[in-house]
Amino acid sequence: MSLYRPPKKIGAIKFGLLSPEMIRKMSVTRIITPDTYSEDGLPIDSGLMDGRLGTIEPGQRCKTCGNRIGECPGHFGHIELARPVIHVGFAKTIYKILRATCRKCSRILLPEEELEEFKRKMDEYEKRWGGLSEEISEELIKKASRVSKCPHCGEVQFKIKFEKPTTYYEETKEGPRRLTPIEIRDRLERITDEDARLLGISPKDARPEWMVLTVLPVPPVTVRPSITLESGVRSEDDLTHKLVDIIRINQRLRENIEAGAPQLIIEDLWELLQYHVITYFDNEVSGVPPARHRSGRALRTLSQRLKGKEGRFRSNLSGKRVDFSARTVISPDPNLSINEVGVPIDIAKILTIPERVTEWNIEELKELVIRGPDQYPGANYIIRLDGRRIDLRYARDRRALAESLEPGFIVERHLKDGDIVLFNRQPSLHRMSIMAHEVRVLPYRTFRLHLCVCPPYNADFDGDEMNLHVPQSEEARAEARVLMRVQEQVLSPRYGGPIIGAIQDYISSAYLFTRKDTLLTKEEVCQLLSVAGYKGDLPEPAIKEPQPLWTGKQIFSLFLPKGLNISLRASVCRKCPGGCLKEKCPYDAYVVVRDGQLIAGVIDEKSIGAFQPDSILHRIIKDFGTDAAREFIDKIGRLLIEFISRRGFTMGINEVEIPRVAMIRIQEILKEAEEKVDKLIESYRRGELQRLPGRTLEETLEMQIMKVLAEARDKAGDIASEHLGLENHAVIMAETGARGSTLNLAQMAACVGQQSVRGERIKRGYRNRTLPHFKVGDLSAKARGFVASNYRTGLDPIEFFFHAMGGREGLVDTAVRTSTSGYMQRRLINALQDLKVEYDGTVRDASSRIIQLVYGEDGVDPAKSDHGKAVNIDIIIEKVLSESERT
Amino acid sequence: MDKKKRKIDLFSHELVPKHILLSKEEAEKLLKELNIRPEQLPWIKKSDPAAVAIGAKPGDIVKIVRKSSTAGEVIVYRYVIDK
Repeated sequence: MSLYRPPKKIGAIKFGLLSPEMIRKMSVTRIITPDTYSEDGLPIDSGLMDGRLGTIEPGQRCKTCGNRIGECPGHFGHIELARPVIHVGFAKTIYKILRATCRKCSRILLPEEELEEFKRKMDEYEKRWGGLSEEISEELIKKASRVSKCPHCGEVQFKIKFEKPTTYYEETKEGPRRLTPIEIRDRLERITDEDARLLGISPKDARPEWMVLTVLPVPPVTVRPSITLESGVRSEDDLTHKLVDIIRINQRLRENIEAGAPQLIIEDLWELLQYHVITYFDNEVSGVPPARHRSGRALRTLSQRLKGKEGRFRSNLSGKRVDFSARTVISPDPNLSINEVGVPIDIAKILTIPERVTEWNIEELKELVIRGPDQYPGANYIIRLDGRRIDLRYARDRRALAESLEPGFIVERHLKDGDIVLFNRQPSLHRMSIMAHEVRVLPYRTFRLHLCVCPPYNADFDGDEMNLHVPQSEEARAEARVLMRVQEQVLSPRYGGPIIGAIQDYISSAYLFTRKDTLLTKEEVCQLLSVAGYKGDLPEPAIKEPQPLWTGKQIFSLFLPKGLNISLRASVCRKCPGGCLKEKCPYDAYVVVRDGQLIAGVIDEKSIGAFQPDSILHRIIKDFGTDAAREFIDKIGRLLIEFISRRGFTMGINEVEIPRVAMIRIQEILKEAEEKVDKLIESYRRGELQRLPGRTLEETLEMQIMKVLAEARDKAGDIASEHLGLENHAVIMAETGARGSTLNLAQMAACVGQQSVRGERIKRGYRNRTLPHFKVGDLSAKARGFVASNYRTGLDPIEFFFHAMGGREGLVDTAVRTSTSGYMQRRLINALQDLKVEYDGTVRDASSRIIQLVYGEDGVDPAKSDHGKAVNIDIIIEKVLSESERT
Repeated sequence: MDKKKRKIDLFSHELVPKHILLSKEEAEKLLKELNIRPEQLPWIKKSDPAAVAIGAKPGDIVKIVRKSSTAGEVIVYRYVIDK
């Protein structure tokens, strides 16, 4: 594979102004006629579409360089302006210079000594940084603008007024006098090179007077191509339209001047020319009505072509479209490895990898060439030694072509299993949003991915689409494989912990599987292990008589690496008030792993979940490497899915049904609470309520009411969970951390609770009441958005309305949050994007200025750390202790 | 309000890190060690209250000992600039 070599190397970039001579020098023709094409459809000479400006029509040759379309870069023309006009882009600079220089002698309005001082500063700056300092000239301009009498020639200076966009007035004693561009250009011309330098203009690259245009460059036709509609009507580019306007007015102005027309008419035309030149450069200048197309649409002129999200920079230069990429809907496949991505066969036939023919793969590649572009493991192109590219779609005899293959040819073959590709889901917020996967070519039309890689991509399967890119060089593929493969990205650099891990059903299943009462027959064990891909021996069964039975813990242990030691509290831990009993936990919530054997405890979110630092999964990656971790996730994943599909795991509406007695008790509690609230309101009305420090009486009341109601809801929830029992699937999911929380359960089974808007009980709506159903000033629980019903039995209409209010606030909040945090992210990335750690360990920016002497001040890679610390003593102690236990 | 400026020791405040002016030899040694030009260090204005307090002049290098949430205590250097 040949390395990409840039055709030319950029040595330097210089920004400057075009001098009138330069514009004429680079011009191939002067443009005089405002018309574009003659009646017979040919471009008019010295018109805007003059053949010498380049070609845009296929087959036509350029009259300047003789090249055809594509090769001809286009050539500039020029327009001689009858009167000079101000360049809008520099209107402000011109104003600054006019204020700082003398109206008669054009020297900077500062005495010679001060100029010397500034010159000294500027020279020093230029020597060190190789450019002029904006700051120094800014200071000089500020100082010089205050002077009212020229220290060089003694001329009294007038205040200069600048009126946007391009008008300047001198405020003489007789009143304001307008400065014409001719006068301005005169003044700028008289500025010496040395003074120009102090004003921040490098005279080699830009003379001040070049900011007033006398000649206008006409961009080549390739920059403003005309398009021919189906009807045969030519439609010109916006720039061409604008240039036509300029030429037309320029011509009229010249004719009028030559005919000796009255000053007033000439000034009007001059003003009009200025307007057209302004809008030619920028059609969004404030204070200037935008030039419009006949249809009323504002023209897209030079500045608009460059600016903004759809401009040249953001859209065409920083944002590039790529080949060898694909996009389609994603769907899950638990049988893949986390490293893999399922690629539809139709996509695999379009995306290709260039493979160089060698004597070792020639036979294989011949086969691929024979099969061609339509049969799956085939090839789309051959690139011969001379660089000629043969399209196999149109090859008549592929067999002969295959025979002509010889070492050194490149075959662009279809994507096949094991190829490395980059997989991405937008928004690409962190580095785990683009990871390298190995291809698995599969039938049907969606990309397939393992469920455990959903968290880093933040993907789900409600219609999400993802992108896939095929690296084309050996280097790119090697880098992708070593640095970007999913298994290398399991540990998040955001905090020390895995970002890839079990989610949802995997967690429920792991809990059920490793519970004490899970016993499996030999048949079940064999089936589960074969699905998981376990190839070793069966362990001794835990129960031998009457028939051999294995515990889930035993089977789970088969996949833990030997030498793994860890103990942790599971997610189902009750946080017993009397202190933890550790291994003797009555709920089996204390997980103990010794030498790769799960001795006690159930496996749940805390052990294998995504986003869980200090879990079993985390220890496996850190102590046994990424290969071990990938294998663990793959095998355990398949096993757990198989187990939960055999066992069955559902949740229906009956799951959150609680007995009548419990329901009655809950209602009593809620009623009590409502009465308590009424009493509070009563005492408030009587003025007996004690004010809390720092609160008004009303706030105190609100707080107490909220507290009473929250307690009541919690109590109701407790009663509900008492009656739901631990075997309840909804409870299992909430306790193990698979999905949902106990609060969600309480809301479904017992009582939804207080709805809030802006953190307060609902109080908006009508005057002093929320809805017309309530009395004015009613502060009771029900009248202010307390929902006593639960989701299972359903809400009454009033409750429903309050619930919708609270729900709407939530939706608005998320919408606002995503947009503001997205913007913040953009700014942050922009500020930090080129920081990097150099070989000497310092963090530096693009100009190699030091940001930090050591990365993060402690030199720790958060992905490889424990809670940001380089060493975790607790884990080392546990490791040493359990190892000494064994010996 | 008292018009006369009351002099207080800046560095007695908890949130103000210690600023130490490096001698010429120390500064040169540091630059050699880091293999950089002084402008490549982060900057501090000579008008910065802390720089004024220790009498730093443009061209000097100030050593700052700061508390850090990751490393406990860190030393950073700043190059004193005009304005």
